[in-house]
Amino acid sequence: MADMATHHAQHDAFKHQFEDMDQQRDAGTFGMWVFLAQEIMFFGGIFGAYIVYRLLYHDSFEIGSNLLDVKFGAANTVVLIASSLTMAMAIHSAQAGKKGKTQVMYLLLTVLLGMIFLAVKFTFEWHNDYTEHLIPGFGFVIRDAWGAAGVHVPLFFCFYFFMTGLHALHMIVGIPIILVIAVMAWRNRFDEVYYAPLEMVGLYWHFVDIVWIFLFPLLYLVGGRYLSIGGH
Amino acid sequence: MSEHVVPVKVYVLVFLALMVLTGLTTGVAFIDLHAWNTPVALAIAVVKMTLVVLFFMHVKYSPKLTKMVVLTGFFFMSLLVAFTLADELTRGWSPKAQNWDATASSATHNPR
Amino acid sequence: MSTVIAEMPGHELPTESHVNYLNVDHSVKSWLLTVDHKRIAILYLISITLMFFVGGFFAVLMRLNLIEPQGLVAPETYNKLFTMHGVIMVFFFLVPSIPATLGNFLVPLMIGARDLAFPRINLLSWYIYIIGAAFTLYAVISGGVDTGWTFYTPYSSTFAHSQVIPTALGVFITGFSSILTGLNFIVTIHKMRAPGLTWFRLPLFIWAMYATSIIFILGTPVIAITMFLLGLERLLHIGIFDPAIGGDPILFQHMFWFYSHPAVYIMILPGMGVMSELITAFSRKRIFGYTFVAFSSFAIAIISFLVWGHHMFVTGQSVYAGLIFSVLSFLVAIPSAIKVFNWTATLYKGSISYEAPMLYALGFIGLFTMGGLTGLFLASLATDVHLNGTYFIVAHFHYIMVGGAVMAYLGGLHFWWPKITGRLYPDAWARFAALVIFVGFNLTFFPQFVLGYLGMPRRYAVYPGEFQVLNVMSSAGASILGVGYLIPLIYFIWSFKYGPIAGPNPWGAKGLEWTTPSPPPTENFTEIPIVTEDAYDYAGTTGRRTHG
Repeated sequence: MADMATHHAQHDAFKHQFEDMDQQRDAGTFGMWVFLAQEIMFFGGIFGAYIVYRLLYHDSFEIGSNLLDVKFGAANTVVLIASSLTMAMAIHSAQAGKKGKTQVMYLLLTVLLGMIFLAVKFTFEWHNDYTEHLIPGFGFVIRDAWGAAGVHVPLFFCFYFFMTGLHALHMIVGIPIILVIAVMAWRNRFDEVYYAPLEMVGLYWHFVDIVWIFLFPLLYLVGGRYLSIGGH
Repeated sequence: MSEHVVPVKVYVLVFLALMVLTGLTTGVAFIDLHAWNTPVALAIAVVKMTLVVLFFMHVKYSPKLTKMVVLTGFFFMSLLVAFTLADELTRGWSPKAQNWDATASSATHNPR
Repeated sequence: MSTVIAEMPGHELPTESHVNYLNVDHSVKSWLLTVDHKRIAILYLISITLMFFVGGFFAVLMRLNLIEPQGLVAPETYNKLFTMHGVIMVFFFLVPSIPATLGNFLVPLMIGARDLAFPRINLLSWYIYIIGAAFTLYAVISGGVDTGWTFYTPYSSTFAHSQVIPTALGVFITGFSSILTGLNFIVTIHKMRAPGLTWFRLPLFIWAMYATSIIFILGTPVIAITMFLLGLERLLHIGIFDPAIGGDPILFQHMFWFYSHPAVYIMILPGMGVMSELITAFSRKRIFGYTFVAFSSFAIAIISFLVWGHHMFVTGQSVYAGLIFSVLSFLVAIPSAIKVFNWTATLYKGSISYEAPMLYALGFIGLFTMGGLTGLFLASLATDVHLNGTYFIVAHFHYIMVGGAVMAYLGGLHFWWPKITGRLYPDAWARFAALVIFVGFNLTFFPQFVLGYLGMPRRYAVYPGEFQVLNVMSSAGASILGVGYLIPLIYFIWSFKYGPIAGPNPWGAKGLEWTTPSPPPTENFTEIPIVTEDAYDYAGTTGRRTHG
């Protein structure tokens, strides 16, 4: 086993509890995956509840879904997937030994795309829902045109706001973290040997993307948009 | 974890595939497939997720342990959903509780 | 009180002069900003002990109230008492107890590592625990919560006029403390075992910590999202459990119990891990059926996720779902029984001695078995209809949680105390306290089985006069139990300054933690050990302990 002197002289990012940088990176990425497993369960709880009610109140959920604006949902899906690409490129540039500036560029692009997503969601979608009285607890109005299924439409919107809100919260937490990593990248902290923090934040960001990949069809594309629902 | 460096070409191809699939799922939603709309949408979402997991998140090049962690997460989530649905969807299967009544009407209504 | 230390060949009698993790720096900053897993374990030990006595205080008030059939406090107040007792004991004592104290201290030592994989996250988990506890204590002092620790909707979401949100927030926040602990343990156990330490050479305590961590990771997030949704519904006056818009209050229970059932296995699995260490050390024998015990921990962890509906048999849950949950609940008893059989077989023809840790271990076997068997009455749909909501349930889970988990925790604290503090506690007092606890415990909770069977409901501030004798017995037992818990508190604190100095291995036990000095240096091992033996390799050892 390495004695204490060589043990400490491995890399300036080396942490003493590990034996070498390989074990450190290995543990770090594995740790992030374990964290993502619990995130699957965290979102899984609310997804599970959604599935229950969707099966019980399909008509109401169809009505609610048709009241969402598909073009914003689809556009945001494109934006978020693009941000996953730029994030993957950030890690790639470190692995390929590119300079810090390249990594920073990709990370900032990721942040920019993330902020575009949030801007669309909050200023266009949520704000519109507010003015159209579609936010439960904030003056929700059940339209007569919805018929008997109308009484359960607020439930759909509870899920819409809780789920997209929780998702957005994860992005709001992720963006500053990416910026911190970007500062480290600017200072040329990362290279082919040490890029674990990039990899770890990347895993988190891709997970957030995957949640949206499911949220989009589950919330925006229920039943079918071939129905024309009045009473907007 | 990966010492394996995924080529940029792969990332771009995956991205393009994801774009196509996004367009597909949006487009299909405007076609009336009756009960099949939901399974199709979910299937497309699963394919998209798989692409992100395998390539963007490097799971294709990761140790078995990583794959185990991913599968375990989804497996337990599905347990939560399945067993909850086992209750929520089968409540109506039981004979509904009726007013306690010893007359003939309960004998015909009660499937004993 | 013996002060002779077991002398191992080649070791001098220990003195306090070696630098260890306790004396390396005495400043407050070095404690509050520590990343040493051993110090973090001590921080947790102090916090958890405080919360235990707060939760115990509510229990005292409850048992005082129940001396009189018409009660002493108003029913609304009583509702708050049992709620606060449950919330604090479950979330702030039982769930973290062994993992955050003994687990944090021992996992790196037992596997030959210098620390956990993520020391700063370990410290973060303690701060998160403290913040969660602060929110809950705030709720206590600003009027309390009266929903029951189960927070059932729609009472908790719509009708309660008590501090539901701060309490739910406290539980939500503390959940992340558990998640981070579990994350740390899983990564550490997978990636940082010493050379030669294969999975099947690991101490069973490590298997238990790993299995517990699986539940931490997969279960806790669900209670987190549930508390989050409950808080939102309370805040916004509308939500997914609101019947007015089609919400199902039973769905809350599904989500709540999806975590809270596995949570009870979070509370008992670590105790079972401790048990394997105590039984082997104090019968000086290999564990019987190592592989069975190891895999049974996993089996318990996994099956525990499939049984939560047995808490909901009489809530309006579908009887078909009830059937499935009932069968699986019978199934989950099997791996626990396997452990009890294996511990008993380990004792057979062992060289048994009766120091305090062993007394706790023996108590565990009997009391856990009783608690576990009474669970079968509850797993059976028909009998559960009669027993649900009665004191039978209260007795059942206290036999496991207190007669099992707390006894195991105390046994473990006693066993590893010399390693943690470098001091010996007075074993005569310890054995006395163990007996007081055993007697007090049974007097408190056995009458509750009878009360429940006779039909006394739980969570009631008043009861029919014919139940008074049994209630008075239970309250009397509670006072004895309380005294029993105070005794170790006193002598453990006493031992810090006045206890005889302990050597590296006062018990002559097997395990890597016993190869380090007591207390260990900050870096645990100057040289990472290379492991060549199986666990509990007692065969051929003849030296007996001389402590006590």
